[in-house]
Amino acid sequence: MSEPSQPFGDTITSQDLLEDLAFFDTWEERYKYIIDLGKQLPSMPEELKTEERLVRGCQSQVWLEPVFDGQNLRFWVDSDAFIVKGLLAVVMSAYNHQSPGAIQSFDIEHFFGQIDLLKHLSPTRGNGLRAVVKRIQSLADTYA
Amino acid sequence: MNTSTTASAPTTPFDVERIREDFPILKRQIDAQPLVYLDNGATTQKPQSVLDAIEHYYQHYNSNVHRGAHCLSDEATHAFEQAREKVRAFLNARHAHEIIWTKGTTESINLVAASFGKAEVQAGDNVVISAMEHHSNIVPWQMLCEQAGAELRIAPVNAKGELVFDGYSALLDSRTRLVAMAHVSNALGTINPVKKIVEAAQAVGAKVLLDGAQAVSHWPTDVQALDCDFYVFSSHKLFGPTGVGILYGKEALLNTMPPYQFGGEMIEHVSFKRTLFNQLPYKFEAGTPNIAGAIGLGAAIDYLSTLESTAVMAHEAELIKYAHERAIAFDGLTIVGEAEQKTSVLSFLIDGTHPHDVGTLLDQMGVAVRTGHHCAMPIMEQFGIPGTVRASFSFYNTLDEVDALFTGLEKVRSMLL
Repeated sequence: MSEPSQPFGDTITSQDLLEDLAFFDTWEERYKYIIDLGKQLPSMPEELKTEERLVRGCQSQVWLEPVFDGQNLRFWVDSDAFIVKGLLAVVMSAYNHQSPGAIQSFDIEHFFGQIDLLKHLSPTRGNGLRAVVKRIQSLADTYA
Repeated sequence: MNTSTTASAPTTPFDVERIREDFPILKRQIDAQPLVYLDNGATTQKPQSVLDAIEHYYQHYNSNVHRGAHCLSDEATHAFEQAREKVRAFLNARHAHEIIWTKGTTESINLVAASFGKAEVQAGDNVVISAMEHHSNIVPWQMLCEQAGAELRIAPVNAKGELVFDGYSALLDSRTRLVAMAHVSNALGTINPVKKIVEAAQAVGAKVLLDGAQAVSHWPTDVQALDCDFYVFSSHKLFGPTGVGILYGKEALLNTMPPYQFGGEMIEHVSFKRTLFNQLPYKFEAGTPNIAGAIGLGAAIDYLSTLESTAVMAHEAELIKYAHERAIAFDGLTIVGEAEQKTSVLSFLIDGTHPHDVGTLLDQMGVAVRTGHHCAMPIMEQFGIPGTVRASFSFYNTLDEVDALFTGLEKVRSMLL
């Protein structure tokens, strides 16, 4: 299996995203930015998009594959929907390439609140995003 | 809409702006833009009169029905039974006791599966449904057939989203106990030829359940003319409150069916040796019912009776025709479900986009649609798609709102592609 490699959580941090998003005045700009983030997230290799890696959402599908190197967690992550993929990039900026302890102490609700995208984390949206966040948090608990 | 209930004289001609005044939620703003509510297939909005009826019940005569030795209980019982009578008239059923209160279409179907199904469907029998059913009209039958050792047969649907009638009738035989089919497909809007479906089933001695959840808000329903054995629908898709549904069943059939749940209300006499069950309809209504919900549905039916049904249908026909025209002219849009007989649903995909992205961006513009598989995964699978964007219309929608949808879609396309 190839190693997951992506800029989010590495060269692009959650703080970078917050600073970028602060520039935008309209929802169109914010969403275009999120969609562009999704395009920067490398696609997960097709052979990894298996049932076991599928985080089921009612409206869109999300795949997640974690790799723990003994120190940090890194992720392959993908979605069939652009905006969800962009939001996954946002989640990755906080969680990817981080230690389990750093993941545990990161306040994701606060972060999403700051970028005005909290509603996408709502369980009613059925996009699988909350399930991904929970899955990563429980992985962090396991490896901590 | 049904005009046989008691209410004020019809207001003609159809004035959609006047009618919108009756629905307070339609004045809502979403992010400082007017709400464009095109998710009527999921649930319909409620007129003020329905909200008032529910509030009035709780403020003035809230009490339990059929048991109190006091004025409030008498009033509540009267209103509750009057609501049942309104549903009877709405469906043109023969008797009020053929109307069973449930909590929704899903429970109505489960009731029939658990009661009629368990008693009548044996090993070697079969139940026939179609490939376009909602999960609620698939899974109860799947479970029943699994438990009984019966066969679940799936009537085919063609590429336009229409029932293949010959394919359906070929599935019927002397061991077919029940045919369960949607009157209107929730995902595609296809109107099924229910009268012919019933006739073919009855020719082999099978009973028929029609799922009217997506049909009742669009035209008057006459269960005697259809001659179906069961007809089910939900109040909340008929401008009434959530948590209330209807099971209509023919009296003779309901009388032979065993109770579904056990408890209060449904019994006539209980001793530790033996329990006698109550008569219809109470036999199937264990526990305190959703009294406010039933009264609310009654008020919704009263409201509909103030509208001229032919004018309502003409307006809805105009909406869906215009929506289709705009859809066909929209580059890269594929309509999913192109049945000749179709009601107020426009299900579609836009090349290169995911339905969820389309729905999310439309929401930013105040346009409410549903995206996904619409709880009809088998038909989505047959079409080889993950789901669709579904705009579903009601009589309070306007041609301007159809324009708002397509203006929104232009923007969506420019953002996603």
